[in-house]
Amino acid sequence: MNVGLIGLAVLMFAVTYPSRAVPLLAPAFERLPPRALEYLRLVGPAVLGAIAATQVLMTTGAGGRPMFHVGIDAVAVLACAVLVAWRRSLFLGLLVAVVAAAAARALGVG
Amino acid sequence: MTFDQARVPDAGTLRAARRRLLVDMLGIVASAAGFGVVFGLTARANGFSPIEALAFSVIVFAGASQFIAAGMIGAGFGWLAVVVLTGLVNARHLLYAAALGPWLRDRPRRERALMAHVLTDESFALSLVHFRRLGFADRRGYWLAAIGGVFIPWNLATVVGVLGGQVVPDPRVFGLDIVFPAAMAGLAVGLATGRREVVAGVAAVGLALVVGLAVDPRAGVLAGGFLGPLVGLLVPRRDRAIPEADELPADPASFRVPNRSDDGLAP
Repeated sequence: MNVGLIGLAVLMFAVTYPSRAVPLLAPAFERLPPRALEYLRLVGPAVLGAIAATQVLMTTGAGGRPMFHVGIDAVAVLACAVLVAWRRSLFLGLLVAVVAAAAARALGVG
Repeated sequence: MTFDQARVPDAGTLRAARRRLLVDMLGIVASAAGFGVVFGLTARANGFSPIEALAFSVIVFAGASQFIAAGMIGAGFGWLAVVVLTGLVNARHLLYAAALGPWLRDRPRRERALMAHVLTDESFALSLVHFRRLGFADRRGYWLAAIGGVFIPWNLATVVGVLGGQVVPDPRVFGLDIVFPAAMAGLAVGLATGRREVVAGVAAVGLALVVGLAVDPRAGVLAGGFLGPLVGLLVPRRDRAIPEADELPADPASFRVPNRSDDGLAP
């Protein structure tokens, strides 16, 4: 069985782990000014929202260039977000999003 | 006396919060499992052996960069390009870790070093919500969220995906490809509990799309993630839906977020 790519995994770990560990291990990060701490409070919704948007509102067009795109994926994810805001249940939101996407595709919509 | 020692909740409160964490984890487990299967399928389709695919999920343990790597290796890119992009995409963990750092500062250095490896988008969101809900850094809650909610389902699902690739030829048919972006959007909404958070999230989405369309989706994620919070900081904070940790009441159960029927913190 091929194991050659395990070396790549180790290299990827080597560039990922410092981002995860340095702020947890370096005391300097505990003395951040309030403005910086407030900034960090906002990172979660910003990063997660950006990931979701680029996942479902962009597609690859001719020549490999990214293009804006609104399809059933975006509708399903929006439904999930609305349900989470309304019912405070991520599980329910995910369930509805997956079923909606699968059903739409089965009907030839998505 | 440290902050954590001063805020240790009673056993009943802690049990109730952990039960709530378990419920919150259900969606994350589904997300990690669904996305892990898709990664396994993707890795297999791009020539990874089962051991290699599992090694990625154990050693790297960062979904987006694992997908990027699988796609780039399949397309014939060199390792250097994969490693550089991995570093860029995973730079967001720096901010997650910095946000959790003050909560975990009393834990032993070795434990924090181990905690770092299982810090992901999902474990960050789950544990931060759990800590804020309690006003206390519950280390068992962190491990429960990171290992039980993400690491184990992600790795088991990777094995299922890479071995069962021929059984589920197209995960899109079952809507499994929606799980990851929907989980990211849902978690973002769960964390957007004040005006600044909402503005930061909306600005990040706009910036991610503009930069993503002009340059590359990965650059868009970084631009939105780094610049969105700066836009949020421009908003005057009139109401504080979530107090700072040191403002939480001793009994978290007595705290209610204004204008919400629930505590408003569930992912």
